[in-house]
Amino acid sequence: MSAYVPSVELIPRIERGEIHAIARLISRAEAGIPEARAALAQVYRRAGRSHVIGITGVPGSGKSTLVATLAARLRARGSKVGIVAVDPSSPYSGGAILGDRIRMSDLAGDAGVYIRSMATHGAMGGLAQATLDAVDVLDLGGFDAIIIETVGVGQDEVEIAKASDTTVVVSAPGLGDEVQAIKAGMLEIADIHLVSKCDRSDANRTLTDLKQMLTLGAQTAAKPEWRTPVIGVCSFTGQGFDEFLTALEGHRGASQNTDIGRRRRLAIAAFRLQKTAENLLIERFTQAAAGLRPVFAERLRLRESDPYSLATDLLAASLK
Amino acid sequence: MRQPIRVLLAKVGLDGHDRGVKVVARTLRDAGMDVIYSGLHRTPEEVVSAAIQEDVDVLGVSLLSGVQLTVFPKIFKLLADKGINDLIIVAGGVMPDEDVVELKKMGVSEVLLQDTPPDAIVKTLTRLVAERGPR
Ligand code: B12
Ligand SMILES: Nc1nc2c(ncn2[C@@H]2O[C@H](COP(=O)(O)OP(=O)(O)OP(=O)(O)O)[C@@H](O)[C@H]2O)c(=O)[nH]1
Ligand SMILES: [Mg+2]
Repeated sequence: MSAYVPSVELIPRIERGEIHAIARLISRAEAGIPEARAALAQVYRRAGRSHVIGITGVPGSGKSTLVATLAARLRARGSKVGIVAVDPSSPYSGGAILGDRIRMSDLAGDAGVYIRSMATHGAMGGLAQATLDAVDVLDLGGFDAIIIETVGVGQDEVEIAKASDTTVVVSAPGLGDEVQAIKAGMLEIADIHLVSKCDRSDANRTLTDLKQMLTLGAQTAAKPEWRTPVIGVCSFTGQGFDEFLTALEGHRGASQNTDIGRRRRLAIAAFRLQKTAENLLIERFTQAAAGLRPVFAERLRLRESDPYSLATDLLAASLK
Repeated sequence: MRQPIRVLLAKVGLDGHDRGVKVVARTLRDAGMDVIYSGLHRTPEEVVSAAIQEDVDVLGVSLLSGVQLTVFPKIFKLLADKGINDLIIVAGGVMPDEDVVELKKMGVSEVLLQDTPPDAIVKTLTRLVAERGPR
């Protein structure tokens, strides 16, 4: 079998857009292989060119189908498109059936499209731990637009807003109480609101509801510089996609060399830093505490002490 | 964090039998693997390019239509053209014993036919990936 290629040696190949090298470094990022960290560090420093578009919405709202149509439209304009599609891992087995790709099969065979399916592996928030590493690798690989499809968001998994240049929230008609479906933060994170499946007769009500909610919230909106559009689309016919693409460009334009853009990118960086530090801390703690944990747990069981005190002691003992 | 084994399950050509491949997908997921299913009616080109993009450990092709001796040579040719030499290929479905011998000569690592117990499928894939080692 072939020898292990050092990760830093993959970088020039990634820069030439070599799919095999891109895919391999993403795998190593996902596996958390320490050897790959230096390479990923180099990748991060050189990335930052692409337009990162986050697509989120409740399960079944039509995200994957929409991503496929969007990607085809961007391709028609000559852009290379990278897609990272995140699906949940089973909490029982840890395994996953990654089903987004199957909805994007029209894109198969186009060398200008890269699709990567990724399982959450227990990460909360709608993204996987390595999603942003994958985005960096694709960025360096020359993909002009990178689309992240989050796991079907329940309500408070809104990390995507702190990971993408433009966040698109998809609401489908007929998913019961529309207002319910987009509550709890989903309204605020959207840079663009889409109502999907507009071929359906009940789509108009969802559109009207959503527009009304947005006007109500307009005074308190956190982003006064950008008016969040509400657009109805149908991914089968392409209806609404001209307007959608215009909105994407518009939002990107409003973020380049502007104060809101800079603030957004700073927020993204701060989030990335926080997340990475959390993950490092958990990794270090889990390893270091492994030996002590049973002893501390036993003391807790006997109620010799309390969870807060014991956890504080365990942290102190482990992270010296 | 350790990465689970990644598998692409593929159906190629006009073969519409998808019961088996769906059983296998669930079995592998329940064994903790990350499973991508290609859907029906893919071409060898599409399957190979998906396997490379997804960087799966194993490409599993399910065939119940009798065309294994045309499909697998195409897959191996595409892989060779692209310089891929660390992808494990397995086959499953319904096919005669003499074809199984041919497929193994071509480089198919294992052929798991009808009535293979789920446990055996999991063990086989796990073993093949362990034998390959890190990459
Ligand atoms: C059910 C069935 C159908 C159903 C399929 C429903 C569906 N959505 O899947 C229907 C009725 C639609 C159908 C149609 C046809 N069928 Co039919 N069908 C069968 C039958 C009876 C059972 C197949 C099955 O589902 N088995 C149960 C599953 C769980 O088993 P499995 O698929 O073998 O999978 C197991 C293993 O093989 C393995 N496995 C499978 N894939 C993979 C992949 C990997 C990576 C791994 C590791 C393992 C693995 O794991 C699974 C669990 O152990 C078989 C006969 C048979 N005994 O196999 C004929 C059979 C497959 N059909 C046959 C034929 C000819 C047809 C038709 C052409 C009939 C016709 N003239 O119209 C059509 C073709 C349809 C099409 N477009 O492809 C022939 C194929 C002959 C050949 N290969 O040369 C068979 C063998 C019957 C026969 N003896 O003639 N069929
Ligand atoms: N009528 C209609 N149906 C659509 C449209 N877009 C998607 N669908 C259907 O909606 C269902 C879900 O589509 P997906 O694209 O898988 O939705 P998703 O949001 O990616 O789903 P998850 O990834 O599971 O959360 C499928 O049956 C699609 O065919 C559309 O424009 N019109
Ligand atoms: Mg999806």
